Amino acid sequence: MSSLDISAGVPGTARRRRARGHRALGVGSTLGLGVSMIWFSLLVLIPLVAVLISAAGLGLGGLWEVVTSPQTAAALQITVLESVAVTAVNVVMGTALAWVLVRDRFWGKRLLDIVIDVPFALPTIVAGLVLLSLYGPSSPLGVDVANTRYAVFLALAFVTLPFVVRTVQPVLETLERDVEEAAASLGASRMVTFRRVILPSLVPAIAAGAALSFARGISEYGSLVLLSGNLPGRTEVASVRVLTYIENGNKGAAAAVAAILLLVALTVIVTLDLLQRRLLTPQSASLRSPLRGDPERTASRGN
Amino acid sequence: MSIKWKSTVLTPVIGAVAGLAALTGCATAGATSGSADQVSIVGFSVMKTANAQVLKDFQKTAAGKGVGFKQSYGASGDQSRAVIAGLGADEVHLSLEPDVTKLVEEGIVAKDWKDGANKGVLTQSVVVIVVRKGNPKHIESWDDLTKSGVKIVTPNPGSSGSAKWNILAAYGHVIAQGGSPADASAYLTKFFKNTAALPGSGKDATTAFEGGTGDVLLSYENEAIEARASGADFDYVVPEQTLLIQNTAALTKDADKAAKALFKFQLSKQGQSDYAEQGFRPLDSSISVDVKGANDPKQPFPTPKTLLTIDEDFNGWAEANTKYFDEKTGIVTKLIAASGKS
Repeated sequence: MSSLDISAGVPGTARRRRARGHRALGVGSTLGLGVSMIWFSLLVLIPLVAVLISAAGLGLGGLWEVVTSPQTAAALQITVLESVAVTAVNVVMGTALAWVLVRDRFWGKRLLDIVIDVPFALPTIVAGLVLLSLYGPSSPLGVDVANTRYAVFLALAFVTLPFVVRTVQPVLETLERDVEEAAASLGASRMVTFRRVILPSLVPAIAAGAALSFARGISEYGSLVLLSGNLPGRTEVASVRVLTYIENGNKGAAAAVAAILLLVALTVIVTLDLLQRRLLTPQSASLRSPLRGDPERTASRGN
Repeated sequence: MSIKWKSTVLTPVIGAVAGLAALTGCATAGATSGSADQVSIVGFSVMKTANAQVLKDFQKTAAGKGVGFKQSYGASGDQSRAVIAGLGADEVHLSLEPDVTKLVEEGIVAKDWKDGANKGVLTQSVVVIVVRKGNPKHIESWDDLTKSGVKIVTPNPGSSGSAKWNILAAYGHVIAQGGSPADASAYLTKFFKNTAALPGSGKDATTAFEGGTGDVLLSYENEAIEARASGADFDYVVPEQTLLIQNTAALTKDADKAAKALFKFQLSKQGQSDYAEQGFRPLDSSISVDVKGANDPKQPFPTPKTLLTIDEDFNGWAEANTKYFDEKTGIVTKLIAASGKS
């Protein structure tokens, strides 16, 4: 057993074993795979399938009726549009925040680095309460967005803020500055360096963060309920519709809305993945690989 | 190697099986409730504070000596669904009758639960209009709510069963004054036009109102009293026509002697006095207590000119639920959906 583990740690042997195909999966790996799959199935796959099955119980006609009912259709539309908008903002602001946290030195940086996670850690209803007191009718800042679409946007932006920051930050930390210096010495402006050298390396992380942020956005409930007012056709989001269907004992319709949200999330995640691959391939071939592959650079870093 | 192999595979498997067994074991243990002196109470949110004094006083009686409680509180509909899903309960105390009816359909509560003198009702209240301190918008009646510039907050009857009382009171006041159903619908159209927020639950609505949203909040008298008693800075108006809120309670088929004794105590003069102190209108009208937080603590429960009831004015919950709140054809459902389009 222990000899197997050690051999797996040596890159050479690992590659050789991998080349032999799945037969080479060790006992430990098989077990690991089994346990992971059981865990994943119990937590995610089985519940997802259950949602789909109970949605399917409505039949196509029933499903269509739920989705086209004006109130639900409006809620779905609001939810998706607001989440798209929030995700777009997160992509820009999240990357900027990550950049500031990694590249800049300023007083309170460590604190900011910790506080970024607060929207994630706070119970959503508390987030809602904070937002209500800050951006509601009795706002000390004089900003009252309560019961408008801005309220939905604000609440979603608040709870999804950490996603892009936290996915981009570690990638940015591992980026080597000499690559940028090389680009600069070759005459690239800062903008060009960012666009053609740094951004391509960040794209997968940004895409992953955007996917998380969007998925969280369309499912959000707690932080919204106090500030958004749940006004049908204006600020009512899909999760409120789900709750309404459940309260009225119509689990099928609730599952139908959930299934639609799932489908939307899946579409967005796949689209982001494809987009990321497309964006990445040409640049990384022309720009990154010659620099990365430079043996002298690697050697000099060794010193 | 082969021996080790077996043990590495088997240990987690055995562990997993044992874990699952433990989990299912817990689930069954949870479903069977009520040991000799433990009563499981499943109630709607407001009862959490309201029950505290009642339970304490019950423990002082001979029947309640040494009885412990397992309590669970939450939104009425959620609680009803939780009991159906296996949450152990000896007594259920839910905001509205349909939530108990569901339990009857599932065979958890006996069919004759409404046959007692109390007709299944344990606590009652009325729908009131909560206004800002000093009533700056001079709200005295239902008609004042639909004036231009008045912003209403009421929990969403779609997601909160208890909010249905509020909307029916608003609807019913028109009928009580001799209006037709069409007049009542017209009133609700104007009402929803003035609605600034439809928070998910009564608690959320109160929080939003306290956070500054809206000019009026539709609430229950007992909630307004309780909030004021614990320091909330607002006034409330009991409109001339309002609806009697009847919160239903029942024992489940599992209920043992201690649970039955508790239920009896809750309905007794002492129990009802305790609830009255918390702002609930006592079932026994001879009870008179001072109520902290009421407009007039000495005369806490003014009699409205017309007091509508769900049974007499709306033909009972079974009919009212379908007629007004059905997801597709309900009168109120349609009016709310239409309010989003204007």
